[in-house]
Amino acid sequence: MAGTSFKGAEIKDIDHHLKGGGIDSDREKEIGQHIGYRYDVNLLPDYDRLTPFLKDYLEFMGWDDLNWLEDIHMGYEEGNPAVFDRNINGWVSIPADMDLPDNQQDRDMIARELLIKFQMSPKHPLVQLNSAYRKF
Amino acid sequence: MADVSTEDHVSHEMGLHTEQLSGRTQQTFFDLTEEGGFAYTDSFEVDFNKRAEIDASNMGAKEVNLRIRELMQEGNGTIVLKNPGAKHSLCVGILNKLNVIVEGSLGYFGVGLIDGPNVRIKGRVGWSCAENMMAGTVVIEKNAGSTFGAAIRGGDLVCKGSVGSRTGIDMKGGTILVGGDTGAFSGFMMQRGRMVVCGNAGKNLGDSMYDGTIFIGGEIVDLGVDAVPGELTDLDRQWLTRKLSMYEMLPEKGVDHFTKIVAGRQLWNYDNLEPAEKKLIL
Repeated sequence: MAGTSFKGAEIKDIDHHLKGGGIDSDREKEIGQHIGYRYDVNLLPDYDRLTPFLKDYLEFMGWDDLNWLEDIHMGYEEGNPAVFDRNINGWVSIPADMDLPDNQQDRDMIARELLIKFQMSPKHPLVQLNSAYRKF
Repeated sequence: MADVSTEDHVSHEMGLHTEQLSGRTQQTFFDLTEEGGFAYTDSFEVDFNKRAEIDASNMGAKEVNLRIRELMQEGNGTIVLKNPGAKHSLCVGILNKLNVIVEGSLGYFGVGLIDGPNVRIKGRVGWSCAENMMAGTVVIEKNAGSTFGAAIRGGDLVCKGSVGSRTGIDMKGGTILVGGDTGAFSGFMMQRGRMVVCGNAGKNLGDSMYDGTIFIGGEIVDLGVDAVPGELTDLDRQWLTRKLSMYEMLPEKGVDHFTKIVAGRQLWNYDNLEPAEKKLIL
């Protein structure tokens, strides 16, 4: 059978991946692990929901909108909320004690803010890699 | 047990712990309350109001790119590049906030691999402009060549004129805006992001696209494999109006006439292919 029967954009329950541990498709059941690339990556941001931190970040960078952050969404890994950091090619877990809003737009804004804080942190893994391997 | 070696200590600091990590989660070792700022820790502190110029008429690409780096180190936040002469690979690898104004045209692979700068190009660009762009804005006043925004990951890439074929090939994020027409195989193997073309699109639009969205304001010659029409939502209209207005490209008749193209997802064969790959390895 061509194509998958499981499409992230068709999920209506905001907490779907939190409740079931993200194990939905036959393949996920076989490997016992959630496959994280099936979210609705086409959801456009609602700019009325920008956080103050994000507004300051956009002003700092000289951008009129979210720019690359338009592609950042909150995802879920193994039943936990997480955001994907392209710089380390891995998921970063959202702090367990953080209350999640009841809609994807606000969750995405939180994910964007957390990702910026993580990437700009002196403790980001790339900082050490940079100092160890930078050639020029 | 003996004390850990220096190498072990460095490895631990880098997150390479000895304990078993579950799943694919990256363990994070930072505190959200720490002040990290808005820029990468190794980026240059620049002031948009501090301006410098480069005359590239007698310089090679490497010299120009190194000079841009030096000017950033000196705190210049706005750099004007004069007489670029359509040389290849200019303004590449800028991983900083910065304003760049190019007074002329760029050759192949201009402004590739950038992460953050705002670039305005007053002329044309050759093949693969902003290839692998990560963040920032690039605005081209005239036309662009083929593979415009190849493998772009993020940011806004804008061409006010027309572009060649295979626009946004393998794009994995970001936004490509085209004021005129785009050639054949635009959005080929697109995986994420948004492409907006105010004019017409050539043959095989969105061929083998896995995800992402394409908006076409004019005529489409034909669609590629697994590219299908989608429903234009209110959020789409808001976003299109907003984005096109930002770059003074909003058509007089608005955005209601745009056709939305998405992936049919019949190529999502991961469930079937992965066990076969595993079998081959075993």
